[in-house]
Amino acid sequence: MPLKCRDILGLEHMETDDIKIILKTAESFKQILERDIKKVPTLRGKSMVTLFYEPSTRTRSSFELAGKYMSADVINFSKATSSVNKGETLKDTAKTIEMMGVETVVIRHPAAGAPHMLARHLDAAVVNAGDGAHEHPTQALLDLFTIKQKKGKIEGLKVAIIGDILHSRVARSNIWGLKKMGAEVVTAGPKTLLPPFLDELGVKVYTKVEDAIDNADVVNILRIQLERQKKGLFPSLREYSIIFGIDSDKLKYAKEDVLIMHPGPLNRGIEISSEVADSDRSSINEQVTNGVAVRMAILYLLMGGGKPGEQANY
Amino acid sequence: MNRLIIKGGRVIDPSQGIDKISDIFIEKGKIKAVEENISIENAEIIDASGKIVTPGLIDIHVHLREPGFEAKEDIESGSMSAAAGGFTSVACMPNTNPPADNKSVVEFITEKAKRVGLVNVYPIGAISKGLKGEELSEIGDMKHSGIVGISDDGEPVMNSNLMRRALEYSSMFELPVISHCEDLNMSGEGVINEGLTSTILGMTGIPATAEEIMAARDIRIAEFTGGKLHIAHVSTKGCVELIRQAKAKGINVTAEATPHHFTLTDESVKTFDTNTKVNPPLRTAEDVEAVRQGLKDGTIDAIVTDHAPHTIEDKEVEYDYASFGISGLETSLPLVITYLVNTGILTLSQAIEKMTINPANIINVPKGTLKPGSDADITIIDIEKSITVDTKKFKSKGKNSPFNGWELKGSVAMTIKSGNIVYKNNGD
Repeated sequence: MPLKCRDILGLEHMETDDIKIILKTAESFKQILERDIKKVPTLRGKSMVTLFYEPSTRTRSSFELAGKYMSADVINFSKATSSVNKGETLKDTAKTIEMMGVETVVIRHPAAGAPHMLARHLDAAVVNAGDGAHEHPTQALLDLFTIKQKKGKIEGLKVAIIGDILHSRVARSNIWGLKKMGAEVVTAGPKTLLPPFLDELGVKVYTKVEDAIDNADVVNILRIQLERQKKGLFPSLREYSIIFGIDSDKLKYAKEDVLIMHPGPLNRGIEISSEVADSDRSSINEQVTNGVAVRMAILYLLMGGGKPGEQANY
Repeated sequence: MNRLIIKGGRVIDPSQGIDKISDIFIEKGKIKAVEENISIENAEIIDASGKIVTPGLIDIHVHLREPGFEAKEDIESGSMSAAAGGFTSVACMPNTNPPADNKSVVEFITEKAKRVGLVNVYPIGAISKGLKGEELSEIGDMKHSGIVGISDDGEPVMNSNLMRRALEYSSMFELPVISHCEDLNMSGEGVINEGLTSTILGMTGIPATAEEIMAARDIRIAEFTGGKLHIAHVSTKGCVELIRQAKAKGINVTAEATPHHFTLTDESVKTFDTNTKVNPPLRTAEDVEAVRQGLKDGTIDAIVTDHAPHTIEDKEVEYDYASFGISGLETSLPLVITYLVNTGILTLSQAIEKMTINPANIINVPKGTLKPGSDADITIIDIEKSITVDTKKFKSKGKNSPFNGWELKGSVAMTIKSGNIVYKNNGD
């Protein structure tokens, strides 16, 4: 079943059916990832570009591998190595790349809406790999996929998102995706890192972490960035860690079998204790694998056509 | 064109309380008479039947960009844009390059505008040298060169003591201090209104409070000094309330609002159309309603465009990086008619008042009236005509309008300055 959307820009406007198709398709690709030889010819002759205006290791590698495992030709543009530095506009850069014949453009950009702008100008499919603090749909989809794999369902679960919601595209995309899939979403973080009217997105908002993770099935911990402290949004990483860092003590409020998630990279000992990160309740490493599977599913659905699973069983 | 008669139009001149079908006789660029059935020999006749005839519209907040930013606009294109929008007079902000913070730049602007000769261009001088917010510019000297007010528009005066001195000093010259109210520490790197929309979009917000605390401060300083304060582009409910209270207390304060702030909300940013990026930002529906009420009850005296033309390169970039501003001169009147008059918020006469005599009084120029002896600056308006906004047809170099494609009511039929037709709508 093909997707209704032609670009993956965000989960706010993605139809629930499309989310379900992507999660379902990712299951087949996860099986491929468990094989010795992972390469399938699904996207042979197709090409994609990753266009990264922000440093990123895991997301870019994840997209690149996802494409390569399916035999797509993948090229990478990043801010340090291309004409991006020479003052070329985003639109011109993307158009140039498209004219080289790529089918899909994966973009990460510090400005919200940059992928949407590209989507307006390009015929190629655009995948948002993170735009400012707006959306990071593939991360949220891999988080949904991980929850579904680990818990067997998403609907009815209580998911707590903890940390810097204000600057987090991961939080926003997760909120949209989880709500669409029927989960209960709660958030907690310092008042200065909670955006206004957050409750109007249909989530409960706390400033006390314990209240948010009380009886939670899933706790998704966001990365805190040092530059937020420098901007005066909280006094010190030390204080952040004491009040908002997730350790075993705070986790006692959650369900016994709580699933611990984090989009990475980790600030160990700040927003998450090593004990929690490395515990058997943590799915942090598996999230990375699932990220490749979900991105394979997305690239396949955007470029491959046909029925999901059909070609994946090559 | 020595003698001109505008015949049969509905003449609305709020400065004299006139609203009746009448003729206007113009001789040597001056208004001679506003009466019924004027008949003069050797006069050219302009048939205005079925149309509205008003004093030439005045916009006291525009950016003509010259000198320095001629790719965005220059005095000629800005004048053409003004005339096409029905304006016969505009007051231009000093944030040019170099800024209008001294006599020579002010005189350059007035001289260039005279050479272009399409509309009256009144320069607004900078409050501070270099718009830096540190030392007063030579306000008195610039007054002698023709400035009609002072402002550091776009570069808010953060130093309260400088604002105090500006209000004190300018009062000697009867110049208003036009304040762009924005606490820069609080607005920071914000690009849109702080609220539900900024939360959803993950964009840095500019809270309403950033505008309101500066309006409150400036009102306080105006009360303290007795200076003449004019609050620019009011965009929030709280700001409207502050001005309402200040006026009730008898403080010498006036205020203006823009068409975009009484028509659009921050919801329109969700398209990521950079033409919605403006400072102060588009606010919430509640703020829009408050601005409309402020216009209705007289808290807000004038309608201005904050005409801020930009190039395609300034706007066809990521939202965060786009320049702030809307090219507004050529959509102002139809937006007023469609969203204030046809909705019953203002009578046509009240709307015209806020676009003629009120702004003229704020900058203290003898305009905005059809009194005999006045310069024959006249706008003829077809309020029934439906138009579709097409930025490609703008006379302004700035095509940056969020109203492109909008269907509106009301159109400028003709603009006359000192008895000369400076714009005529050819129906295209």
